[in-house]
Amino acid sequence: MSTVTAAQPDRDVLFRYMLRLGDTSLVLGQRLAEWVGHSPALEEDLGLANLSLDLVGQARLLLTYAGEIEGKGRDEDALAFLRDAPEFVNLTLAEQPNGDFGRTVVRQVLLDAWQLELYEGLLQSSDARLAGIAAKAIKETRYHFRFSSGWLVRLGDGTDESHRRVQDALNDLWRFTTEMFVADEVDTALIAAGVAPDLATLQPRWSARIDEVLQEATLVRPAPVAYLWHGKRGVHTEHLGHMLAEMQHLQRTYPGAQW
Amino acid sequence: MVAATAPIEAVRERHVWEVLESVPDPEIPVLSVVDLGIVRHVRWIAGSDGQSKLHVGITPTYSGCPAIEVIRHSVAAALNEEGYPGAVIDEVLSPPWTSDWLTDAGRRKLESFGIAPPQRVVSNPRHLFRAHVVVCPRCGSGATERVSEFGSTPCKAHYRCTACLEPFDYFKCL
Repeated sequence: MSTVTAAQPDRDVLFRYMLRLGDTSLVLGQRLAEWVGHSPALEEDLGLANLSLDLVGQARLLLTYAGEIEGKGRDEDALAFLRDAPEFVNLTLAEQPNGDFGRTVVRQVLLDAWQLELYEGLLQSSDARLAGIAAKAIKETRYHFRFSSGWLVRLGDGTDESHRRVQDALNDLWRFTTEMFVADEVDTALIAAGVAPDLATLQPRWSARIDEVLQEATLVRPAPVAYLWHGKRGVHTEHLGHMLAEMQHLQRTYPGAQW
Repeated sequence: MVAATAPIEAVRERHVWEVLESVPDPEIPVLSVVDLGIVRHVRWIAGSDGQSKLHVGITPTYSGCPAIEVIRHSVAAALNEEGYPGAVIDEVLSPPWTSDWLTDAGRRKLESFGIAPPQRVVSNPRHLFRAHVVVCPRCGSGATERVSEFGSTPCKAHYRCTACLEPFDYFKCL
């Protein structure tokens, strides 16, 4: 494990934080993989599959690290395939169903912008291994954001139909964004230890990035919603369980099956 | 004659690099893992049993690149065949791989293979967002357009030449 300066964070707290980052990438990656073979065009099929691949790769790095911190012998596969929904601690937004292509694009823009700011902050993490993972991931995430924001502009500033659909999706998904910036005891402890970036400083940057895209896409930013979802504490919408049932089916049916 | 006086370690190390130069990237077989710039170190480290063991450091291009598993196996297999059994493959994450690590030889091989090499150094992340001219690897025209940001593998984008009308892959700047 990497050396940590300042207050040494509790092992369990560090484990939960790595799980949150890893689970958000994994769940979002799995959602995008559901598009394979179903996208509106071949190029978008490849694009979403590539995003998915990057996210699952990031999840592997993060979950492997989480397993090592936990020290109970669980590797990335055990964490991905053998936990139930209440043990997943991803952001609630990541597990929301794909809907139509526009809804997927909206979800992606909101989360890409979040990951961009998060990884940017993690480059300075006192945890050298986490900073290394962030340095790797941020380069991929820049491509993701370019893809998703480009599509949001085309759809928002497109036809009446495409505009209406992405605005509806934005209005619907906006309530899940509050969770990103509300620090709980895990965040607070790791911000104090210099492991995690301060969520209060990420919010205005995320907000400015999103506003810029929305403006170009001629979309209206929804009003702030105070209601909080708690995916990062393991309280999920009903959608995650269904998604995991498919994702984990093989390992649950044939435990230990190898590729 | 250098070889005769060089320490045995240097000779062995040079030989290992030669072996690695024969290990192809599974997705772009015209490139070796050395051309791709993903070999980070070749060194001998004493293990817990006191025996010195060969360690080869490999860095992934993209976090999720499935080729990395194949590469680990083919590197280990090639070393085993050349008399280095039990070599340890270390995964090295920092500093992250960028397309700047691609060697000049690698860039030339890509182009002759029909894949446009990355256009410029990317040490500055802002370059990712600036438009740049991608030259068609078949006819050399700069009149090309991007069909898709994402192509057949994570490291490639899909382009089309509007002069010769051929589609081609572009090795992305990362």
